[in-house]
Amino acid sequence: MKSFEFYEPTTLAEASRLFAEEHAQLLAGGTDLVIGMKALTETPQSVISLQKIPGLAGITTDGDSINIGAMTKVREVELSADILQHHTALAEGASEIGSIQIRNLATVGGNIAHASPAADTVAGLLVADAQVDIASANGERTVPINELFTGPGQTVLRSGEIITRFRLPSPASGSHYIKHKIREVMDLAFIGVAAAINIDNGTITDARIGLAAVAPTPIRATEAEDLLKGNAPTPELLEQAGEAAAAASSPISDLRCSAEHRREMVDVLTRRTLEQAAERANG
Amino acid sequence: MAKLPVSLTINGDEHDLLIEPRKTLLAVLRDTIGLTGTKEGCSTGDCGACTVIVDGKAVTSCMVLGVTASGKEITTIEGLASDGELHPVQQAFIETGGYQCGFCTPGFIMASKALIDENPDRTEEEFRYALGGNICRCTGYTKILEAILQAAEEVRSTS
Repeated sequence: MKSFEFYEPTTLAEASRLFAEEHAQLLAGGTDLVIGMKALTETPQSVISLQKIPGLAGITTDGDSINIGAMTKVREVELSADILQHHTALAEGASEIGSIQIRNLATVGGNIAHASPAADTVAGLLVADAQVDIASANGERTVPINELFTGPGQTVLRSGEIITRFRLPSPASGSHYIKHKIREVMDLAFIGVAAAINIDNGTITDARIGLAAVAPTPIRATEAEDLLKGNAPTPELLEQAGEAAAAASSPISDLRCSAEHRREMVDVLTRRTLEQAAERANG
Repeated sequence: MAKLPVSLTINGDEHDLLIEPRKTLLAVLRDTIGLTGTKEGCSTGDCGACTVIVDGKAVTSCMVLGVTASGKEITTIEGLASDGELHPVQQAFIETGGYQCGFCTPGFIMASKALIDENPDRTEEEFRYALGGNICRCTGYTKILEAILQAAEEVRSTS
């Protein structure tokens, strides 16, 4: 690991000012950054820890809305009763990251800011319609999570901007996440699919589908969502939604699996995710 | 960069040190303090050999910068026994033969201890899943699992 200057600011303004300098990196849980620095794929001149800034960690409720601080550990999200109940897909996604030892370190903010298309919390946040609060020395702004990513490892975050919080406005009555993988734990998603559904009197009133690792950024399958809304969740309809989600994906082939396999599995897993989410919404 | 002052509580002892920010907690424990019970395996967080307990939570110490552990309570394999008595998890690993070459053992024991502290009532399946971040390249998993189940039973029966 190369040497670097280490800072532990206690305010967001100070962290933002330091982060706006060239060759600066933020340290949240460190599970990506520290490994990257050892591999020399990350060679920052300064590392700015967010761990001493008060108020960035923790899960709070505000009416129907659940707020997750960016520095909240992934393990806490996985075990939170509120998130398990109202945003099951997000809790399930959190539980899929690495090992317990890693989830005790890794943060939700880090998982999202790293902007991997395969991040395990991203599909759950997409179907929760999460609003991402961002702060810098110049002020604050909010970006919906489906507008945050611009490419692999790329976001709309500007120089000095720091993700502070995810606000999950409306709980879905049923949601689910499926990660397509080989190993039970410690694996990267071939693809990740989340679905959230509200059902009223047998009719789908709202549906959201989030797809990870099947496009340059995580995406919502909006055509598939539109097919679902206003209709009963019949097996035929869920099958059509799976096909529409597959059509919305643009996966690549890599050494883990082919684009064709990924697209086929988006179809299958979207249907299965919707079945589970619908069952929860009815139950 | 210059070394920074860091205060670590390791196995109940306070250590005031000057350490380089690029040193991982694992390197601080092994090279600076001389506690070599914690092992360096992959050094990428995949194998769990470097597992220690920080403020009650099991973490892979190869992913933690030592400077960020300042002010925290760290327990390593050397701190598990008390008054010459082995911890139930250590005792169970001996009794079941839950080790072969022994390299992964400190990591398995620390991960197991944290799991049992959190919830000793896990099923065998749940313990297997929860230990997914620890790898034994001798593949002695059967005995390791026996050890943790025996230790969990011991903790349940005495608490």
